[in-house]
Amino acid sequence: MSTELFNPLRQKRSIKLVIIMFTLLIVGFFISLNVGRYSIPPMEVLQTLMGNGSKKQNIVLFDLRLPRMIIAVLMGMGLAVSGAVLQGISRNGLSDPGILGISSGAGLAVLLFVSFYPSNNMASPFFMPFLALVGAGLTAILIYILSYKKGHGISPTRLLLTGIAVGAGLSAVSIILTLQLNPRNLEFVVTWQMGSLWGSNWKFVLALLPWIVILLPFVYWKSKILNMLSMHEQITGSLGVSIHRERLVLLASAVGLAAASVAIGGGIGFVGLLGPHIARRLVGPQHQFMLPITAFVGGLLVLTGDTIGRSFMEYTEIPAGVVISLLGGPYFIYLLMRTKG
Amino acid sequence: MLNPSNKLDKPPIRTRPWMATIIIVLGLLLTLFGISFSILTGVANISYETIWQALTNYDVSNEQHTIIRELRLPRALAGALVGAAFAVSGAIIQGMTRNPIADTGLLGINAGAGLALVLVFAFLPALPFEFIILFSFIGAGLGALLVYGIAFMSKGGMSPLKLVLAGVVVGSLTTGISQAVSLLFQINYDLAFWSAGGISTAEWFQVSVMMPWIIGGLIVAMLLSRSITVLSLGEDIASGLGQRTKLVKGLGTVVIMVLAGASVSTVGGVAFIGLMVPHIVRFLVGVDYRWIIPCSAVVGAVLVIFADVVAKMIAAPYETPLGAVIAVIGVPFFLYLARKERREL
Repeated sequence: MSTELFNPLRQKRSIKLVIIMFTLLIVGFFISLNVGRYSIPPMEVLQTLMGNGSKKQNIVLFDLRLPRMIIAVLMGMGLAVSGAVLQGISRNGLSDPGILGISSGAGLAVLLFVSFYPSNNMASPFFMPFLALVGAGLTAILIYILSYKKGHGISPTRLLLTGIAVGAGLSAVSIILTLQLNPRNLEFVVTWQMGSLWGSNWKFVLALLPWIVILLPFVYWKSKILNMLSMHEQITGSLGVSIHRERLVLLASAVGLAAASVAIGGGIGFVGLLGPHIARRLVGPQHQFMLPITAFVGGLLVLTGDTIGRSFMEYTEIPAGVVISLLGGPYFIYLLMRTKG
Repeated sequence: MLNPSNKLDKPPIRTRPWMATIIIVLGLLLTLFGISFSILTGVANISYETIWQALTNYDVSNEQHTIIRELRLPRALAGALVGAAFAVSGAIIQGMTRNPIADTGLLGINAGAGLALVLVFAFLPALPFEFIILFSFIGAGLGALLVYGIAFMSKGGMSPLKLVLAGVVVGSLTTGISQAVSLLFQINYDLAFWSAGGISTAEWFQVSVMMPWIIGGLIVAMLLSRSITVLSLGEDIASGLGQRTKLVKGLGTVVIMVLAGASVSTVGGVAFIGLMVPHIVRFLVGVDYRWIIPCSAVVGAVLVIFADVVAKMIAAPYETPLGAVIAVIGVPFFLYLARKERREL
């Protein structure tokens, strides 16, 4: 096994892929920068970035598009890695913060805040992730407790079904709350729930950045533990890993990543599912190779979704979340058909 | 040699016709009581005499009479019909797929109907309800087809989890499309309420259009009930007994399409009724669908009528969506089933 873990070929391949992904991300960034209602040709984008743009170009690029795209990339990374961790610890390839109801928990917490303190509905973006973390954390604990059965531990099937059930309950509560909002708040909440990134500014970037910067390396550092956890429980135990503690710590980081991303960008589904799967197909299941690719795929996905949503129609935007679920749904169906039992 | 095998051949089917009869009679009485109770309750305080007059001696110029005749009566009737329809379609899916966690809401059938309706609202806004309901059937059918297709074509056959996951994906795909369409056509606010089960908007013309469809669907369901019982023993056994399983499944799916489509077109997608009611009924009356189907119909009707009264009163004068009220009992029930995982049908 140790030869597998330190396979130099895999390592080489994964480094190569990271470089390719990074290039793709940069290219995506440039495409996304000049797409939108006010189109800026690539050369002028470069010039504006160098500081030689007109005032209008400066505003569009630096105040509107750039923060939004950075958020798209960051939250894509957060959601995808969160999904990878959840899939690892639940030993089920179909886990994802959206399907497990964790995103709904985060969303509900934000919604509760907006409906009880409507006056601060643009409440400090730094506060939102913490709020979402409480919601997502409580949801995760609830799902964990409900799917735990004495003597049987947690079966992947029960975990997913429980997550779906809890998610259904949370969305029922959100609907009740949503309907009692006044039309202005309602519009804000509805578009936010759909995963629209409009209204993003540098403050939002700063609010999301620390979560990603701290939690991504942490999860990466734990990637060998993740490798072991994704094996059968008994094997993991015999390897001397304290399953429960490690699993809880990793679950907490997955919840943190998902919560911060949802709080800032809204509910975007399927990223946590697609990211890890595509990465696994590219570099195999070992987390130390797969996690960085997962992060890049996630970032690229949300960036692409947002860019498509922005350029699809001239005067309306389709939220990134909607675009991604239209792209991700069919892929999930494909995965579902390939999964046994 | 013959005797012991004979004993084995007889499947241990337990059925309690007397219990079923009690449920049907009691259920019908409760339905009638519920409808009158539902007419009595509401934001406007209206006396018994006025209600009686409104029903027997309708005066168009009297505002209270109009409230009774045009708002409360269709709403109560819609509740009864929709409850029966969702419950029976749940029973049929559970029997046909031998899957305990099946319901038109969970399996993406309601979502399919909902999407069809959104598309109609956006592209054919002037279409009369008689035709809208047909689109709703088609949408429900496509949703069902997609979910079944995914589950059937997948490796290793379909498990309850796979069906539910397929339902979740089809649900989020259709929601995605609906959201995109409603954003582009600005039909946000109405849809949010309606998709959560907006029974309060049920009107006479809707009830009168959907009633024949639902009653027809229920009758066909009754005619199919014997075959569904056989099918619920397993497809091999059913075809071994000489049943044309494909025909039964096809007819069953058409019934589900009509029942769910008609209900969704009037009150929106309400989940969990079709999940809970058949389980409760099966626990009480046994495994024979000739009893499960009629009992599910009355229990479903009673459940929705009373849930609707709660939806009306709990945050009066604001309406709470019916779907949310049902979810309050439906979600724990779902959790209970998820814990049991494998359960005999």
